Amino acid sequence: MIMNILTSELWSPYVVGIGIGVLVWISFIISNKAIGCSTAYARTFGMAEKLVRGEKVKEKEYYKKFIPKIDWEWMLVLGIVVGALISSVLSGSFRFENVPLIWKETIGGGPLLRFAGAFIGGLLLGFGARMAGGCTSGHGISGTIQLALSSWLAFIAFFVGGILTALFIYGGI
Amino acid sequence: MLERLYEDRKKQLLFGFLIGVAFGFLLDRGGATDFDVIVKQLLLKDFTVLKIIFSAIITGMIGVHLIVRYLPAELQPKPCFWKPIMIGGLIFGAGFALLGLCPGTAAGALGTGSVHALFGVLGMLVGAGLFASIYPKLTGFIDRSNMGEVTIDGVLEINKWWIITLISLILAVIMYYLEMIGL
Repeated sequence: MIMNILTSELWSPYVVGIGIGVLVWISFIISNKAIGCSTAYARTFGMAEKLVRGEKVKEKEYYKKFIPKIDWEWMLVLGIVVGALISSVLSGSFRFENVPLIWKETIGGGPLLRFAGAFIGGLLLGFGARMAGGCTSGHGISGTIQLALSSWLAFIAFFVGGILTALFIYGGI
Repeated sequence: MLERLYEDRKKQLLFGFLIGVAFGFLLDRGGATDFDVIVKQLLLKDFTVLKIIFSAIITGMIGVHLIVRYLPAELQPKPCFWKPIMIGGLIFGAGFALLGLCPGTAAGALGTGSVHALFGVLGMLVGAGLFASIYPKLTGFIDRSNMGEVTIDGVLEINKWWIITLISLILAVIMYYLEMIGL
């Protein structure tokens, strides 16, 4: 029974959603923190920049707000990689994917085109998330839960932008 | 006791990691680490992602507002600088569709072996770094529309439990409707 649950590839979205809600409780109780992911990327870039350009990077205004060092949220993002790895290995869904199905059907091309698209997508995500002050986790889940006006606005903007762009890029299917 | 735990940096880094592991596990089991599942959501053909988010919001809302009432944990609503939120949010949305993942689920996809997610992660690092570089030029624009750390119940001056009940009902009705029409 327990093995079946651990190895079944997909769980009900409601079970997963309730589980994530409970994780938000746990974060508040044991860490007094709201789950979020996008500052970890800014801090990581800052750490890389520090390696290349030295300590003066710390003087950048943004890095005074978000100090480029490993913090709770950085460890959370690292944990996500590990957790998804464990899950996909247990369920047998782990595989090296170069080009996802819908991309192959609508855009086509080889892995290089997909890698370029993913990089540009990531660029927009990283920039947009820091401009909006959070991502799907920090605004979309943790922030909406706290009834923050900023987060409800961001959540709507994420999906309006996402739906319009997806229809434009992949709408052909 | 809990306050002292919040100050323990080593333990907190471990907690962050463990919560991340559970989060990554759940995201993968929900299908949210999969490009196709997220893009189908944005194409409004499959509502797995919104079902996950909506049930997380309902569960989280009820629990978190009880937790901050009885425990030393505090709410930390992000400041509402509405113009950058709208513009940044739309830019984020465009990237969301193009990468087919978001900052959290891209980290998860990396764990499931997605090679293209790795390029997305590199892009996010550069994008976030780019924002950090031009941030000094944007502070005026950001601060001009800053409304502070406002919450919906604060703006409407209504007891937050009414808002929590109303949002929970609306989200539950939407999910029920989606199931009824087979999405």
